[in-house]
Amino acid sequence: MSNSSDIKLVDAPEGVEGQGFFATKLDSVVGLARANSLWPLPFATSCCGIEFMATMASHYDVARFGSERMSFSPRQADMLLVMGTIAKKMAPILRQVYEQMSEPRWVIAVGACASSGGIFDTYSVLQGIDKVIPVDVYVPGCPPRPEQILDGVMKLQEIVKSESVRRRSSPEYQELLASYNIT
Amino acid sequence: MALESAVIEDKLTGAFGDNVSGFVQIKDILSFEVQADNANAILQYLKEDALLRFNFLTDVCGVHYPDNEKERQFAVVYHMHNWMDNVRIRVKAYLNGDTPEIDTATNLFLGANWQERETYDFYGIIFKGHPQLKRILNMDEMESFPMRKEFPMEDGGRTDKDDRFFGRSTDNALNF
Repeated sequence: MSNSSDIKLVDAPEGVEGQGFFATKLDSVVGLARANSLWPLPFATSCCGIEFMATMASHYDVARFGSERMSFSPRQADMLLVMGTIAKKMAPILRQVYEQMSEPRWVIAVGACASSGGIFDTYSVLQGIDKVIPVDVYVPGCPPRPEQILDGVMKLQEIVKSESVRRRSSPEYQELLASYNIT
Repeated sequence: MALESAVIEDKLTGAFGDNVSGFVQIKDILSFEVQADNANAILQYLKEDALLRFNFLTDVCGVHYPDNEKERQFAVVYHMHNWMDNVRIRVKAYLNGDTPEIDTATNLFLGANWQERETYDFYGIIFKGHPQLKRILNMDEMESFPMRKEFPMEDGGRTDKDDRFFGRSTDNALNF
């Protein structure tokens, strides 16, 4: 039995507190909610995927970060984790999965292969998934330990927390997507 | 009574004369060379002869010999296996470098279908009569045949891979 004192609550965002009310920015509240309920879509092709399975399991327990439910469909997921070698033949499929996710969406490239092609410096392998989709966090390692994947998720949580609710409609973001030919 | 290499050689020479040559025992596999035009007939004979009975096609693969004369730049290698006597055999057919073409073996072995597609994918060898000769492992948009020895080992124009991070500095090259 756990004591109720073991339960860690997320700190409230900065704001003005008084008798019976608490005022803060909408950005902070939305960021807080998004960051602590990132629903992952594991796109696992190789050994990094096995490490992620360990991350999902009870010992490392990615559910502690609000990522309890894996979505093996792009529909109700907002964190795409690409884990493993992406061959050039696989690139269009990865792109399609990314395009089918709804905004807001974030991408973590887990391990050397997804980040840069890794040791597979060859004609058949995509030299990093950022050639076809935008990436928010890169996790180094070959393969990275579950701790490193969790660190990547926490890094992404920091990004999500501080993201403005208007970022996705900003011209800079549209430009970024346009540079990948994603409309 | 195992199937002896000498017996195989005699039977093939008797049936095909000059179209089979270069019999050599490499380790425990008898290897020989065939004329590409007769390859299909020879494979059929190896498969259907009552004594030889090479009933299983283990593998079809390609080889590129860029230093050979034009007529012998490519080779298609067939490995066959006689399950009854547990004897294996290797058949090589050399092809022209500009127009590497050979008859398909899919009429004899259904398993040759994907093996020939793979050989086409990587070497560009055309198997005449193949029911669906298209790439099997690489992307369809690819224009090159990657296993041909006509490419540098590494793309010299790359800027995103720094030798220092791959243990390939000039210092390392000299300290084997």
